[in-house]
Amino acid sequence: MSGWSVEIDARTCIGTGMCVGAAPKYFQRKSSKSVPVHDHVEPDEDLLDAAFACPAEAIRVRDEATGDVLVPEA
Amino acid sequence: MTNAVSDVDLLSWDFAQDPHSRYARMRNDGVVRKHVVKTLATALNAWVVTDYEQARELLADPRLSKETEKLLDAMDANKVNAGDTITRTPPSMLFSDPPDHTRLRRLLGNAFTMRRVEKLRPWIEELTDDLLGKIPDGEEVDLVHTLALALPIFVIGKLLGVPQDRHEDFRTWNGALASLDTSAEEKQVAHKAAFDYLRQLIEDKRAAPDDDMISALIEAQVDGGKLSEPELLSTIYLMMNAGYETTAHMISSGVLALLENPDQQALLRKDSTLLPGAIEEFLRFESPLNMSTIRYTASPVEVGGVTIPANEIVFISLLSANRDAAKFTDPDTLDVTRPNRGHLSFGYGIHHCVGAPLARMEGEIVFGKLLDRFGRWELTVPARELEWKYSAQFRGLDRLPVRMSAE
Repeated sequence: MSGWSVEIDARTCIGTGMCVGAAPKYFQRKSSKSVPVHDHVEPDEDLLDAAFACPAEAIRVRDEATGDVLVPEA
Repeated sequence: MTNAVSDVDLLSWDFAQDPHSRYARMRNDGVVRKHVVKTLATALNAWVVTDYEQARELLADPRLSKETEKLLDAMDANKVNAGDTITRTPPSMLFSDPPDHTRLRRLLGNAFTMRRVEKLRPWIEELTDDLLGKIPDGEEVDLVHTLALALPIFVIGKLLGVPQDRHEDFRTWNGALASLDTSAEEKQVAHKAAFDYLRQLIEDKRAAPDDDMISALIEAQVDGGKLSEPELLSTIYLMMNAGYETTAHMISSGVLALLENPDQQALLRKDSTLLPGAIEEFLRFESPLNMSTIRYTASPVEVGGVTIPANEIVFISLLSANRDAAKFTDPDTLDVTRPNRGHLSFGYGIHHCVGAPLARMEGEIVFGKLLDRFGRWELTVPARELEWKYSAQFRGLDRLPVRMSAE
């Protein structure tokens, strides 16, 4: 299996819209929170940039082949 | 007859004193219109967005650009007085688009995540205790100067590494820059003084680095060439300026809201778990930023039944959006138990306030301790005599005379 998985922790998300603004292809607004458009995506730096920008560190991006967590950084 | 809504004068003293009733008329009108808005030294013909949903959409819309050079050109093209000169400022993360924005924001965003900010809590609590200890029991004090401004300016000054004896200078410079009744010349003098001082400070830190954010930014600059010299300067200027006045307004407007709504104050005294929600409600009720920072249309944008052509200036009123009844039930009522979040006081999208976690934490600490320490709060002048800052950008009090008593 290749590609990345994307999750947003709804309890941690505070709805800043930073991810939605940075990468509308990958994130959308749902009421006052953000949710991923797709759970599984092809690797893309734009997605990482948007995920890094979350001040709540609510976005988790994982490399599905290796299981490595790309965001958040430890 | 003249159109009453388009005649609302956003630069008038009356507007600064009572923006809410005028914004309500603008929202009810339902049409996005052009007004004269003043940002720093220059009056501009600009579109003003007042509805919540439109505001939220546009804050995250990449067609509304903040790219410095083109923005300055758009300001030039839309100024009211042909003789005005636009001060050319270097770009910061607040006035750039991706990918520059992404790079600049990442340099700072890492320092301001909720997790990192939480580590500052004990230090900020201690600082708040010191300040509260200086408020004499039962005597009249100006809460803006003793607490609301004193705390955040000390916090951001210390984080950045701006010496305490220069904090007052920043207040003076910013006061001149944000006010509607200082001349263009006075604003230019203040702007130059601030930048001259920061240039010198950067040189000092370069020679003798310290454990502060200016030193860290200098190091990042040297490290990977991630930050140009003008970017370094304008980033530090932005952090210092954006870092305290807004937080000060959050504190003083919140105290006033609780003074005027004793039932809400009583709720908070009874149940301290309501505090985080109360801070959000204070932010919604009186957004410390009236208008969002300036944007221009990189391409035409349709909103509220009109098409705004390219290269025009757009201001989004956060103060107005937060009082939109289409989003918030009874928007003019302070309700610390209000469940629906989503106020726009920190903005929305990629420019969402980088300091929001810090501001929220300062708010929780200050209000928690104020309520604990002082059982009785009184306003010492009638509320109608309080004056709101004469500014199109900020919404806040210059003075808040109160008497705080242990009981």
